[in-house]
Amino acid sequence: MTPLRYRVRRRLTETADTVTLVLDPVDEPIVAPLPGQFTMMYAFGVGEVPISVSGHADGGIVHTVRAVGAVSRAVAGARTGDVLGIRGPFGTDWGVPPGGDLVVLAGGIGLAPLRPVIRQAVARRARFGTVAVLIGARTPADLLYPHEYATWRAAGLDVRVTVDRADMSWTGHVGVVTTVLGALPVDPAATTAFVCGPEVMMRFAARALVDRGVPPAAVRVSLERNMRCGVGLCGHCQLGPLLVCRDGPVVGWDRAAPLLAVKEL
Amino acid sequence: MEATYELLSSQPFLAGLTPAQLDKLSYWTRKSTFHAGTRLFEEGQRADRFWLLREGHVTLDTHVPGQGTQIVETLGPHAVLGWSWLFPPYRWHFSASAVETTLAVELDGPGVRDLCARDHELGYELMRRFVEVVVQRMQATRVRLLDLYRMPS
Repeated sequence: MTPLRYRVRRRLTETADTVTLVLDPVDEPIVAPLPGQFTMMYAFGVGEVPISVSGHADGGIVHTVRAVGAVSRAVAGARTGDVLGIRGPFGTDWGVPPGGDLVVLAGGIGLAPLRPVIRQAVARRARFGTVAVLIGARTPADLLYPHEYATWRAAGLDVRVTVDRADMSWTGHVGVVTTVLGALPVDPAATTAFVCGPEVMMRFAARALVDRGVPPAAVRVSLERNMRCGVGLCGHCQLGPLLVCRDGPVVGWDRAAPLLAVKEL
Repeated sequence: MEATYELLSSQPFLAGLTPAQLDKLSYWTRKSTFHAGTRLFEEGQRADRFWLLREGHVTLDTHVPGQGTQIVETLGPHAVLGWSWLFPPYRWHFSASAVETTLAVELDGPGVRDLCARDHELGYELMRRFVEVVVQRMQATRVRLLDLYRMPS
């Protein structure tokens, strides 16, 4: 599968190391991605990196990219008008249910792949009961999409934001993201939870949700491994019996928990 | 006492205490309200009370030279504020401010300590609850120590 060319229509600086790119197809577009899926983004001459889809707009695709390595730095460094390659979409999606209560729990860059779920919940608000969006970040300056929270709240979503560190100018919550789970007004048996962030955070969050009575299969986590081919052929992203690029990244906690309990698997 | 007894009986932290135990505690209880920005206590001062938060939020903070005042943690409804009254030297380790109008149930530290010394059953029930809070906050602090959102090396 060869990359299709996409041109950067718009580049938004989210934080000191993270940007959002809105890209339009130069030729053929990729198949429309589902919330939770990822693409392989290709910085020509540098390399390819798996990036979750964080939205779509006017026929284009939206990716939020954190510059952490050589390739992601090149992708994040793309300017308006630059051309990148995209393959995909790949992997499993979040599988948003038709109703019930939703808990969206995001840590750091983990909010990017969850934004399509949140937007779907906003667009179809009447179908769901409580929709809680719990967002954690290192500092207030590291929060993604802060300008959208008011819109989400106005749509009736219970948006709770917390940071690990803050000075007195911050009037929001300080503490780990699991502490804002608090007394969420959800029916655990009718709740679907979507969790994305650092793996340790996902473990703590998933356990907290299961402890509250949410069925493990209804707690969906997004796994991250060394995705290369995107189609389950190369085996780089193997996690026990799973090839994360094909069988993930979104997996129920009932399947993920025993795998993440094994060190260096 | 009726009003404070009712207040205490509605607190999740005290769920499971008998009416007689709540009645004893109610002698050391009063309602309190803090407006946004009110300093509830200052680091180093005598710790002689604790609060069960009903509405609003309170921050715990400390001053870091060169970095100004840093928020350590935010506590909201149903949280317990203050445990330094429990053990010597009975001094607050951090400072606390109300972020917004905050309603709380305030309990007198020396009074409750004395009650626990005389009524071991009540003392055990309270200590068990405080230890649970301390463990939860310690585990949350350990997760924060991992600094999970930092730039990967």
